[in-house]
Amino acid sequence: MMEEVLADAAYTSSYSGGSGLSPGVIAAMEKVERHRFVPGWLSAFAYHNRPLPIGYGQTISQPFIVALMTDRMRAKAGDKVLEIGTGSGYQAAILAEIASSVYSIEIIEPLGKQAGGLLKSLGYRNVKTKVGDGYYGWPEAAPFDAIMVTAAASHVPPPLIKQLKPGGRMVIPLGTQFMTQYLMLVEKQMDGSVITRQILPVRFVPLTGGH
Amino acid sequence: MTPRPPFIAIGLLSACVLAYEVLLTRLFSIVLWHHFAYMIISAAMLGYGASGTLLTLLKEKIAPHFGAAYVMAAAALALLMPTAFLLAQQIPFNPLELLWDNTQPAKLLAVYLLMMLPFFCGGLGIGLVFAHFGKQAGRIYACDILGAGAGSLGVIGVLFLMPPQQVLSVLTALALLAAAIAVAELKMRPKWLMELFFGLAVLAAVALPGMQVHSSAYKDLSQALNITGARVAEERSSPLGQITVVENTRVPLRHAPGMSLNATSEPPPQLGVFVDGDGPSALTKFDGNLEPLAYLGQLTSALPYHILGSHEQNRPRVLVLGAGPGSDVLQALYHRSAAVDAVELDRNVTGLVRQRFRDYAGNLYGQSGVHVYAAEARGFVNTSDARYDLIQVALLDSFGTASAGLFGLSENYLYTVEALKAYLSRLTPDGMLAVTRWLTLPPRDALKLFATAATALERSGVTNPAARLAMIRGWKTVTLLVKNSAFNAQEIAALREFCRTRSFDLAYYPGMRADEANRYNILAQPYFFEGAVALLGPQRQDFIGQYKFYIEPATDDRPHFFRFFKWNAAAEIFALREQGGMPLLDWSYPLLVATLVQATAASVLLILAPLALSRCRRSLPGAPVALYFLAIGFAFMFMEIAFIQKFVLFLSHPLYAVAVVLCAFLVFAAAGSWLAGRWQAAGKVTFAVVALGAMALLYLAILPGLFQALIHLPDAAKIIISVALIAPLAICMGVPFPTAMMRLANASEEAIPWAWAINGFASVVGAVLATLLAIHLGFAAVILLAVLIYAVACVALTGFAG
Repeated sequence: MMEEVLADAAYTSSYSGGSGLSPGVIAAMEKVERHRFVPGWLSAFAYHNRPLPIGYGQTISQPFIVALMTDRMRAKAGDKVLEIGTGSGYQAAILAEIASSVYSIEIIEPLGKQAGGLLKSLGYRNVKTKVGDGYYGWPEAAPFDAIMVTAAASHVPPPLIKQLKPGGRMVIPLGTQFMTQYLMLVEKQMDGSVITRQILPVRFVPLTGGH
Repeated sequence: MTPRPPFIAIGLLSACVLAYEVLLTRLFSIVLWHHFAYMIISAAMLGYGASGTLLTLLKEKIAPHFGAAYVMAAAALALLMPTAFLLAQQIPFNPLELLWDNTQPAKLLAVYLLMMLPFFCGGLGIGLVFAHFGKQAGRIYACDILGAGAGSLGVIGVLFLMPPQQVLSVLTALALLAAAIAVAELKMRPKWLMELFFGLAVLAAVALPGMQVHSSAYKDLSQALNITGARVAEERSSPLGQITVVENTRVPLRHAPGMSLNATSEPPPQLGVFVDGDGPSALTKFDGNLEPLAYLGQLTSALPYHILGSHEQNRPRVLVLGAGPGSDVLQALYHRSAAVDAVELDRNVTGLVRQRFRDYAGNLYGQSGVHVYAAEARGFVNTSDARYDLIQVALLDSFGTASAGLFGLSENYLYTVEALKAYLSRLTPDGMLAVTRWLTLPPRDALKLFATAATALERSGVTNPAARLAMIRGWKTVTLLVKNSAFNAQEIAALREFCRTRSFDLAYYPGMRADEANRYNILAQPYFFEGAVALLGPQRQDFIGQYKFYIEPATDDRPHFFRFFKWNAAAEIFALREQGGMPLLDWSYPLLVATLVQATAASVLLILAPLALSRCRRSLPGAPVALYFLAIGFAFMFMEIAFIQKFVLFLSHPLYAVAVVLCAFLVFAAAGSWLAGRWQAAGKVTFAVVALGAMALLYLAILPGLFQALIHLPDAAKIIISVALIAPLAICMGVPFPTAMMRLANASEEAIPWAWAINGFASVVGAVLATLLAIHLGFAAVILLAVLIYAVACVALTGFAG
């Protein structure tokens, strides 16, 4: 799986706003066992580079997209990270390998409980999970160095932007389950203003002839 | 032999089958997405065709038991209509995984074959009667087709009265009633059989519980209901759609599509309104206080109000097209509009705001200055004399369905060149049209819309469209403005200020510099600005041609606005599927092609191959007869599907067009069949084909003008005019099939089921092919092709007669 992810990342790097994957992300992707986060009947596909259903109309993202999103967050040791949408818990586990503490909120109760229990059983002591409304973030733990919003939203909740440290980054995948259309990277400047970069994860030029 | 065919039973059986076909398109819209309608039509025809093959192969064995076989076919139809749907729901088919999971095509095939089964039984019943009473084919065909017409129209009426899952019980009862009547008509023994079927029919109607419809877990409604605290507050159903209102007090819906990242306020409490499980659109709590609505000023769609606010007379008169549960009306009120006309097609949706949630919505649709019209947008614009400062085309489809390419096949008359021209004609001299779409990357909707607007301005006689267009983008939405006059400096200043304070990007305005683009929501390249400039310049056609997505302006003849798929980019995108390229594929189009391949393969396998391999092939008529039935099958389907589309605009809704046009075609084709049976003249097929060809060509020339002139008439008058226009054409189209059937009955009666099968094959493939051809060539071309194929049939008939 990792060979494919690395090849995809190298191939698309200039279009996806970076230069390949950082060693920290590669190490985390290699360490976390994806089959633990996939329903038993799909474990044969756990190391395929594709999204998989996890129940409740949710998916575990394609490993390449997970790697790309994690990389563009630029989280590092010592960072405090917030995740909105725990899902299977896989992304939280990857983040936990890189950052010092991860706070993750899931809106679907059974999924949140299941992922919380799994992360605990896998020994991720630096991950705190809860079930509830992610709109207001996790004010007790704010501010965060990086935020990932994997749950679809019609808009970016203003409280989340408030809870992002100046210089911090927020990553939001946009699209549907099974299809990430583009990634939005929100960068909070030191003066508190916000710009976004809209990143197509794929190397694709819309004009023929390579203009 | 029983002297008289079971005319009533055959009409009833045919009505059931057609009603079931229409019902399935509704049910599949709720369970999956609406474009599976093509698959249903194709499955229906496959069932009909396969039944013909079976009859050809087993005619000798079945013939002595005709009555019993017919009644069993009707009873099996009754059983399979609910069962096949129930079983199909158990198959874990997920179209979103079609290109990830190689077991999905097999699951799609399984659904297709299951849905074929009831139609197979229906076709078997009808085919049995044709085979048994071949010499009375004209009258049988008339009853068959009359029943089909009544069924397709009747089911629409029933859908107003009850939810689709309950209609299944009604149809089961009707099929059992058809069995009971057949027992009586065929004078079968024992007599209690009739009473048994009649009793079962009553039992099915009264006691059969409404079936559970399980929507895909990936539909927006399913996702919303999974959220902690969500509950269904209201459900309403009509043929226009199943409306579900979701309330969640623990995790409220907060719908503010693409709200500026600079916004600090959040939306007030809202209810989510879903149509067929897609959405949501927001029904917002409103107590007359405008302050909590501040978020509505932070959307890209608020731009026109800020430009109009710079005018001296700054309280605009607004028309909202597709008002839904009222977000855009609230936005107009928030921006102090003087009057708002809100147009919404579905009375169930406006009823939510007017009655059920009247207090919650603060009597929004009863506010002074707000007028709500239950009408289709194009129909309203074409019939209204009012002039507006602003026409807003609301963003009602969901981001998910739009970004997954789910609408690629659907016709949309809101975004065509002719539509935009019509909107512009309803604006005041300084008025503007605003259209907001979801942002897709690389740009698709936005550039297609921009090209469509530029073309509409040119066709309205504007010499410099560039001076009248402006476009901005946020991180999730794009808003296009088309003004009725050139933008002035004051307006451009207001536009720039609006974008600056909300961190929205300028995509285009007259006189814009390249360095003003791509500042806040940064893309790899300023695609929107570059695209807009290219589309306004002399190289427009080159740009459209070289662009890897199909952004040619949509027209009323090719109204597939959401089709962005191009074959020459397909291989590249498919190769990139694992590197994030999947969403670029606009997968509904490949799915249509897959359906065509599947339909062709299945019909070759189930209809033609058994005939080709069987012993009876030696006794079957030759190639000209096969060609004849193939040709009239294709031509009838092409004509029917294209004319349904042609009448959508005139009758103001696809559903009315399907019901009225289909019914008129079937009923008058039945009349044509009846006439064909009585009319003994030689050359009547040629005469009918020449007449229908002439009429089709005449209609192609006069219908657009005629529709424009008569569109203001009330619905009842338009329906009568539609039926009157279709009648002569359909009468002629009803002649070729029974004429040849009767000829076959005289020459070789055993070939009748064979002809029925070949005609079925053509209809299976024709239904899907017509859609595919319309997307590429337009509906006019499909009609011309149908005339040509009818001409081929005439030539084939000469060989046949010889």
